[in-house]
Amino acid sequence: MATKDFLLPDLGEGLTEAEILHWLVAEGDTVTLNQPIVEVETAKAAVEIPSPYAGVVTTLHHAEGATVDVGLPLISFEVGGGDATATADAPAIQGGDLVPSAPKVDTEEKIEVLVGSGPKAGKLTRRPRKQAAGAATSMPIRAAEPADVHVLAKPPVRKLARDLGVDLRGVGGSGPNGTVTRADVQAAAGAGGAVGAAPAYAASARARPDFDSATREQRIPIKGVRKATATAMVQSAFTAPHVTEWVTVDVTETMNLARRLRNYPDFTGVKVSPLLLVARALILAVRRHPMINSSWDDEAQEIVVKDYVNLGIAAATPRGLIVPNIKDAGSLSLPQLAGALDALVATAREGKTAPADMQRGTITITNVGVFGVDSGTPILNPGESAILCFGAVREQPWVHEGQIAVRQVTTLALSFDHRIVDGQLGSEFLAEIATMLNDPWRMVHFSASTL
Amino acid sequence: MTEVLLPQPSEGPGFVQLLTPEGQRVEHPDYALDISDDEIKSLYRDLVMVRRIDTEATALQRQGQLGLWASLLGQEAAQVGAGRALTERDFAFPTYREHGVAYCKGVDPVTLLGLFRGASQGGWDPNENGFGLYTIVIGSQTLHATGYAMGIQRDGGDGAAMAFFGDGATSQGDVNEAFVWAGSFNAPIVFFCQNNQWAISEPVERQSHIPLYRRAEGFGFPGVRVDGNDVLAVLAVTRAALARAREGSGPSLVEAYTYRMAPHTTSDDPSRYRLAADLETWKLKDPVERVKAYLSRHGVADASFFADVSAAADELAAHVRAACIEMADPEPLSLFDHVYAGGSSLLDEERAGMAAYLASFEGESPAAAKLNVGAH
Repeated sequence: MATKDFLLPDLGEGLTEAEILHWLVAEGDTVTLNQPIVEVETAKAAVEIPSPYAGVVTTLHHAEGATVDVGLPLISFEVGGGDATATADAPAIQGGDLVPSAPKVDTEEKIEVLVGSGPKAGKLTRRPRKQAAGAATSMPIRAAEPADVHVLAKPPVRKLARDLGVDLRGVGGSGPNGTVTRADVQAAAGAGGAVGAAPAYAASARARPDFDSATREQRIPIKGVRKATATAMVQSAFTAPHVTEWVTVDVTETMNLARRLRNYPDFTGVKVSPLLLVARALILAVRRHPMINSSWDDEAQEIVVKDYVNLGIAAATPRGLIVPNIKDAGSLSLPQLAGALDALVATAREGKTAPADMQRGTITITNVGVFGVDSGTPILNPGESAILCFGAVREQPWVHEGQIAVRQVTTLALSFDHRIVDGQLGSEFLAEIATMLNDPWRMVHFSASTL
Repeated sequence: MTEVLLPQPSEGPGFVQLLTPEGQRVEHPDYALDISDDEIKSLYRDLVMVRRIDTEATALQRQGQLGLWASLLGQEAAQVGAGRALTERDFAFPTYREHGVAYCKGVDPVTLLGLFRGASQGGWDPNENGFGLYTIVIGSQTLHATGYAMGIQRDGGDGAAMAFFGDGATSQGDVNEAFVWAGSFNAPIVFFCQNNQWAISEPVERQSHIPLYRRAEGFGFPGVRVDGNDVLAVLAVTRAALARAREGSGPSLVEAYTYRMAPHTTSDDPSRYRLAADLETWKLKDPVERVKAYLSRHGVADASFFADVSAAADELAAHVRAACIEMADPEPLSLFDHVYAGGSSLLDEERAGMAAYLASFEGESPAAAKLNVGAH
């Protein structure tokens, strides 16, 4: 009798893990060769794994629902004496790193490179390099390629860059193969005027990915913020029926107000951005329409309306998208709110946002305008009923007091949870924010009417 | 844009069937098949063997012994029918799923597994069995087959070429170019399309608004749709098509109407794009069961025959399993051996570089040790 461990193999050309859906056998069961033992789900498919041995199951190494890395023991068998069945251990999965930076010496053990590969390497064993190998070899060593100074961009984008006076060599490309896109050029051109841009994120997003030279692909494990974002987005998109409405509004007066506020002593040392005034307008509109600031408690079958506004700001950070919120933002004065926004953005950029700062949000603003785009259909932060998308502020021809004039115009988009918020409420809420931004004096009016 | 999806009835005036799903022999005016019961038993044996190889390979993939496997489940009759119609004079140009044709052509199934294990680049000798290399690029083998057929024509040979491809490949430029070329030169070739209804996740209805076999007419040669789950009909139709090619009457298109009962490959999850009910419908048309029904019903074979075939299949599966697991890793430098028939200076340089790199490590390379080859 001998114990055989069966390691989870790579079931589909480069997979790194699988989730145990159902065990089809129990410890102590006698199984035959190729008898289905477990159903697992990978990123590609749910599949049954047939037993590689005939024998008795001694250990199921993981519970149903567990996610198991490729190369870890899945199940162990007590296999009958002799060679009743021709079987072998599952292959040891090898990492693809050919450069022995820290050679681990294990000359006893043969490297079983069979099939499959994956970044979750099993036990890495590799022979040590001979001393002075690099000097002794006659292998032609090509000089490192000089840094690629040629910028990839399509002709219309080059023309746009020329028109806007943007030097393409200074613009990181976010397109395929680092191609500079129209949005990149616009973002670079508008960088001076745009607010709240997150340079750390921009740098990381535009850095050339670390492509594998053989496949010309990069594989990034789904984890951390990316995984959390994906879970939240899917949960939100498939739980709350979303409706999105748009309004395009002349915000010239709001831009003027922001400029004037900057000179007020109260705002010394803090940033007075259009986003600040959008946040203020939203808070004032929430006071007039409290149902927009609520959440759906499915378990209790209740709608929870909140008297406090924990204002979420979607922030692009080096770690990915996070949505920290300003607690009880409605209680803050405008300079305090400006300070809180500054602090929130700075903390997020440094990647130091505490989990508590991301919890218990009640409503969110996503400021996609900093990326030079006009609008979008935002997905609700789970547990909230509305999210406001603030687009780029552009100079556009606009009918102003009966004349065509060049005005500063933006698009606001509001997504809301249609379970709680009807079209009328959503529309009134959005229209009121637009009205306040079109004529910021209305903020005084609206606050007076409710305080 | 509104999409127009026309239903494609499987049966129609052109549909050739000689054995119903219930195992009843039926006649067709154009395709009489004179076949003995012993020959039908032998076809049954091949069908079972091929299915057993396939299920074992799928299991081996799930157990980590193969990187990938493209199952032929459901297409056994199409492949055994066509494979058995081929003679030694004829040359088959497969896709990557023609395990049944390979079996009929005498290719050791273990050889096929080497490719899917990554232990070989699929480099078997095509001339040994008249069975070309597995072709992963969709449809390109139809051009190779057409060129080969034109070679037979110019050499005055008496064989024919048969190009295998799927329904998805008919949307490829290569396949249409092969049709044009073969039609123009009246090449001795049979285009054998296994319409298994799915180009991975794309249904055939979306690729063609007319039955695929009718496309042949536009290229100037005959097309016929055969019940691809009926091994007798496939045998009769492909024999006729090969005879036509060999006697100089030119190409033809055979559409074997069948169903891929397994995922596209072991990496695929068909439940995401097709209904389980379709699979149940096709299970009733199973290519192996109808032959078994015929043999049982007519008292041609008894339980011991079926038990013998089943035991032989299990024995073959055990051989395939053992040989697969024991397969040696290739020697690293063999990578360079078959790129060009005459080699090249660039390859020589790269081989020398690789050899120097391998030699920079202490001890023996594991692959070299396995093959008992000395260090370089």
